[in-house]
Amino acid sequence: MGAAKSNLVELRDLKVAFDGVQVLHGIDLTVGRGEALGLVGESGCGKSVTWLAALGLLPGKAGVSGSVRLEGRELCGSPRSTLESVRGGRIAMIFQDPSSSLNPVLRIGRQITEALALHRGLRGDAARTEALRLMDMVGIPDARSRFDLYAHEFSGGQCQRLMIAMALAGEPDLLIADEPTTALDATIQAQILDLLIQLRAETGMATVFISHDLGAVSQVCERVCVMYAGRIVEQGTVEQLFAAPRHPYTRGLFDAIPRIDGPRQPLVPIPGTVPNPKHLPAGCAFSPRCSRVLQSCHTELPPLVPQGDGRLLACARPVPLALVIHAAKPRTPARIVESALQ
Amino acid sequence: MISFVLTRLLRAIITILAVVTFAFVVLRMSGDPAQVMLGPDVPQDVIDAFRKAWGLDQPVWVQYLAYLKSIFTGDFGVSMRDKASALDLVLERVPATLQLTIPALILKLVIGIPAGIYAALHRQSFADRGVILLAILGFTIPSFVMGLILVLVFSIILGVLPSGGQDTWVHGILPTITMSIGGIGILARFSRSAMIEVMGQPFIRTASAKGLKWRDVVWSHALPNAAVPIVTIVGFMVGSLIAGAVVVESIFSWPGIGRLLIVSVSNRDLAVVQCILLVIAATMVVSNLIVDLLYGWLDPRLRSRAAH
Ligand SMILES: Nc1ncnc2c1ncn2[C@@H]1O[C@H](COP(=O)(O)OP(=O)(O)OP(=O)(O)O)[C@@H](O)[C@H]1O
Ligand SMILES: [Mg+2]
Repeated sequence: MGAAKSNLVELRDLKVAFDGVQVLHGIDLTVGRGEALGLVGESGCGKSVTWLAALGLLPGKAGVSGSVRLEGRELCGSPRSTLESVRGGRIAMIFQDPSSSLNPVLRIGRQITEALALHRGLRGDAARTEALRLMDMVGIPDARSRFDLYAHEFSGGQCQRLMIAMALAGEPDLLIADEPTTALDATIQAQILDLLIQLRAETGMATVFISHDLGAVSQVCERVCVMYAGRIVEQGTVEQLFAAPRHPYTRGLFDAIPRIDGPRQPLVPIPGTVPNPKHLPAGCAFSPRCSRVLQSCHTELPPLVPQGDGRLLACARPVPLALVIHAAKPRTPARIVESALQ
Repeated sequence: MISFVLTRLLRAIITILAVVTFAFVVLRMSGDPAQVMLGPDVPQDVIDAFRKAWGLDQPVWVQYLAYLKSIFTGDFGVSMRDKASALDLVLERVPATLQLTIPALILKLVIGIPAGIYAALHRQSFADRGVILLAILGFTIPSFVMGLILVLVFSIILGVLPSGGQDTWVHGILPTITMSIGGIGILARFSRSAMIEVMGQPFIRTASAKGLKWRDVVWSHALPNAAVPIVTIVGFMVGSLIAGAVVVESIFSWPGIGRLLIVSVSNRDLAVVQCILLVIAATMVVSNLIVDLLYGWLDPRLRSRAAH
């Protein structure tokens, strides 16, 4: 089991239901040590829920089943104290809306030193010095004089930097970045992405990058998982997926990206909307919107199976390889995708 | 900051002035003190002499200006009944009222807030439903009904607690409980919803994602945020401490300010009634002021807004 040894986190058949409505239908996912994995899909497909469930951060009414292993240790259903020791210290998470993700009535410095005390036992001046170093590292100018300010005295981009500093405080092995740039404007988005890339290079921590933005994913990640309606439908390296998206849904996501380079092509949004988890279509959940749909797609759910090139695919009639060459250029710096995806 | 304090101060003065004016006008329109004080069968010249002696023969606006002038010089008038300083009469009663209201306030705080917070943290549990039910009962039953029920049960049926008077501390038990039940209910419900609101905020998820223990998430991240709305309602309660004593003191014949107010109103003892209303208004205004200052202390966002 050489492969398993280097896996940091393994999700097996992770399922989540809210009030009896199932929103995750068995997610299998591994994150290798130091790896950067992208998670894409339209709003509501379960990207956030997957990782909130893994860390036990969903509200009590959520029913979670399956397995979440961190270096082989089971987290799903484990006692609160086990989860608390993992959160922040082994797996840290940052969120979409940085301004409201920081406590409004506590000083910023205090929120960072709290994490330092918790995970590294630093107190007093040592904690303060380290917090200032982290603030510096994530690019907060003049950290010393801003240590005692509150969240509302920082911009959205700076709040996200502070969130990242707080996440780094625990020296985690994995950082889950849940749409860290969605609430920010374009130039700030680019800066935060650069910061994440740089920090990963410096610290070697693995990153799960959740995004609507395929361009951003291609910059940050090596491997991409495409989710639809609570399932993974395609998974492969960034190069594979960008060169040849096989699932019609993945293909649809690429076609909806405005291209800055190359010939101007009309944008093709995916027809229809994301199904309500309460009334999921029978068979393949994407079948009502799929351009390549077969009769059987409405009744049979295609399993997620390995392909010859190493990618995983769940489709009865995938896009043929020949057709998709040059469908999209790898590493497209298109960060404007999000509007097309939402 | 200076303009902040000044506007608050100005508002406080205007509020007090409004209360004083309102009391003055209403009292003078609602019956003749001479008639009430002297009884029905008094010759007209006695009544006239009484009016002249108390300045009631003057036009109302002259009386009003004279009254304003005297309260600004610290003179709150003389009781028509006891011929003593109205302020002294009122201040004499303050300790008795505080003997009820302070313990009642403490009960409200130490029962209401923890119950609400506990319910919020154990939503949908048996305890939560119990707290909601009791809270609703607590603040929907009017205090005179509650007082009578308690007297019926503990004084008449069980015979364990006295139903009136101020002789020993035991006499204070029923009035204190009566006075606190509504407030406990309000605080429990309010704390519960404030806490539920805060616990749903993204920064609470951040605090949990950080690896903080549940207890620390609640104590150091949720409670300081829930404190802002809770302080509002507590401030309101402190402000209405004396006003709230009126009904309960009458039910339990407790010789505090509230009972003095009832007696003085029925006697048309103008100076005393006005003095009590002034004290009530002043308590409300002062507690509002304190709440405003506490806000700034509790919520840095408000602090910087007030500074601009
Ligand atoms: N606390 C909750 N209670 C009930 N349903 C929830 C809750 N959180 C998420 N859901 C549901 O779970 C599904 C997946 O939500 P999730 O937040 O994971 O989507 P997402 O892929 O992260 O979307 P987005 O891109 O908008 O963040 C959605 O249908 C959502 O309505
Ligand atoms: Mg999400």
